[in-house]
Amino acid sequence: MSVPIFEARNIRKTYGNYTALNDVSIKVEKGSVFGLLGPNGAGKTSLIRIINQITAPDEGHVFFNGETLKPEHVSRIGYMPEERGLYKKMQVGEQCMYLAQLKGLDSATARKKLRNWFEKFEIQGWWNKKVEELSKGMAQKVQFIVTVLHEPELLIFDEPFTGFDPVNANLIRDEILELSRNGSTIIFSTHRMETVEELCDSIALINKSQKILDGKVADIRKQFRTQTYRMEFIGNMLSFTNALWTGAELLERKQVDNHCSVTLRLTGNNTVNNLFAAVMPSCEIVSFNEVIPSMSEIFIRTVQPNNQ
Amino acid sequence: MGKIGLIIRREYLTRVRKRSFLIMTILGPLIMGAIMIVPVWMASVNVSVKKVLVLDEAGFIEGLLQENDDVKFFYTRTPLKKSLATLDSEEYFALVHIPKFQDNDINHLQRQIKLYSAKQVSLSMKLFVRNQIEKQIERLKLQSQGVDQDLVDNVKKTVNVPLDIIPLKGEASSGVEMNTALGMIGGVLIYLFIFLFGAQVMRGVIEEKTNRIVEVIISSVKPFQLMMGKILGIALVGLTQFLLWVVLTGSIYTIFMATVVKDKLSPDKMEALMKQSPDGTSVADFDELRQTQQVVNEVARINWGLMIPCFIFYFLGGYLLYGAMFAAIGGAVDSEADTQQFMLPVSAPLIFSFVMAQTVLNDPNGSLAFWLSIIPFTSPIIMMVRLPFGVHYSELLLSMGMLILGFIFTTWAAGKIYRTGILMYGKRPTWREMLRWLRY
Repeated sequence: MSVPIFEARNIRKTYGNYTALNDVSIKVEKGSVFGLLGPNGAGKTSLIRIINQITAPDEGHVFFNGETLKPEHVSRIGYMPEERGLYKKMQVGEQCMYLAQLKGLDSATARKKLRNWFEKFEIQGWWNKKVEELSKGMAQKVQFIVTVLHEPELLIFDEPFTGFDPVNANLIRDEILELSRNGSTIIFSTHRMETVEELCDSIALINKSQKILDGKVADIRKQFRTQTYRMEFIGNMLSFTNALWTGAELLERKQVDNHCSVTLRLTGNNTVNNLFAAVMPSCEIVSFNEVIPSMSEIFIRTVQPNNQ
Repeated sequence: MGKIGLIIRREYLTRVRKRSFLIMTILGPLIMGAIMIVPVWMASVNVSVKKVLVLDEAGFIEGLLQENDDVKFFYTRTPLKKSLATLDSEEYFALVHIPKFQDNDINHLQRQIKLYSAKQVSLSMKLFVRNQIEKQIERLKLQSQGVDQDLVDNVKKTVNVPLDIIPLKGEASSGVEMNTALGMIGGVLIYLFIFLFGAQVMRGVIEEKTNRIVEVIISSVKPFQLMMGKILGIALVGLTQFLLWVVLTGSIYTIFMATVVKDKLSPDKMEALMKQSPDGTSVADFDELRQTQQVVNEVARINWGLMIPCFIFYFLGGYLLYGAMFAAIGGAVDSEADTQQFMLPVSAPLIFSFVMAQTVLNDPNGSLAFWLSIIPFTSPIIMMVRLPFGVHYSELLLSMGMLILGFIFTTWAAGKIYRTGILMYGKRPTWREMLRWLRY
């Protein structure tokens, strides 16, 4: 397996008596889209600030591309914080140049790259405008550009879609996916589960300063599956239930004329084939699929027992 | 260019390019001039003329009191009770009552003289009226001793001992008057500069916080770099402003000297006046010129080579010391309205030293002056006040060293508070919380 682009080992961070992160370890594979999940106040932003070297952990080790995290690495990381904004009185172009140079680009390169992005977003006319003249959505576009301009290997978005209108949110999402296809690694920090299902390969779930779950999204969903299936058939509900043996538990049933649908859970070591063998003589199967829990359900199921 | 250089450049350019900077640069020297001239002018123009009724029962003063632009005297013989009744009629502001002589005792009489008024009498008016009456009492006393008043007046006019101080060591120093003025101006300028530009640091930090750009920036640079970049950038703005003021004031002074004064003070003119002077007619004129020339000489004799570098040092040192604290306040709060409770304790030593400046001027080498010019929180102002009177170089070095240590300490502490504060939104911290941030 290749070296992860980012790795945190046994991170601990406290503010006075408050523990923000307690023995948290995560690994982000190169080229992946990684979701950092957790309810508000769980410690996501604390972890992200450590990745960005805004704060340092009290204990533990942090690695970037296998090396211990160093100030030089900031030019290879792009960060769009949840609390984001721009200097209102400054001109858009001048401001972008400033932020790009702070990330280590020389002024000629910065100007060239900015021209390309401004063309791509069709906002060339904004260069000499002051930020306060832009609408909120327009300012967010500029914010996105300055985040990705220096072509960082690792991009971190903290709640990226809050504040964007749906049209711009889609535009930004497509751009992020494009960056991912081109080889950048993306970390999303969010409490919105639909983002995770749609975009992320792997996740780590943080709750109350501790990591309580991590892995590939597909694996986690498999891990949380409960042998629950949904089946539709044509036939008689009574003869179906009679045919159903003890190897399956009927959770839900519905019948419209002779069109029936049921949700069942297999028990013991029984397989789907056993189930089919048992019920096939009494009905005609129309459809059959596994009910896999959504990330949202997994999230709630994992977080809630811990919060009580 | 390093990252801190980029920050300094942005802070500097965005401020220097503002129209308000240009306006302040031009208005600065004019405002300073106005601050010195306006009070004098206000006092001279002042308000309406005040009519003062004089009832002179002793009969030695009538018609003799000198008037000025503000106070006019009117003489009456109406008895006191009736005269007092007319005071209410708005016509007259006050009434001076001089009772009859008893046994020709002037000393007894002068204690019986009273000023009646239905309104509030200002100090300057009281002093003026008193002065006029005293002059007449003096004349009366001289007369009783057989001395001629005009003779006394003439003698007085020609007495003028400038009492130049000749120091035993070093160059000739300038006069006490000039030193006092210079010390005061230096102190006031430092005070104004620290407040003016310290407040700019604070506003700049609050702006970054309310715009929510601060986290974007500190993902590229360290919070300390951002804070120092801002403080240094604004310091350069202050220096630029100061140097422009010096150049501007210097040019105005040179032009003034070349056109107005030089002509008057040319050797030929002086000689001509010297020749005229024995007859006494233009002694006053000559005195005035002599004084002007004295001022000009003293301005030239001031050790500008020490004063200006010291001013720049104490401005920068004091500004860095207070600027760091202002930055910490800005970082800790969410809006300017929240700064009040923190501003007062931080600026108290500054205001205190400003208040103490007068005391220090009275005894520029006393122990109070010494300690206040060593303690870094007060030294920028107090040392500037003391400097024109001459300060031993070992004291100056000690004071400078302490100031450097002082601002290293406040910058360190402010950096700690700042880097925690800028990431906190929504609540105003208490003093106790801010102290705790020092340990994070």
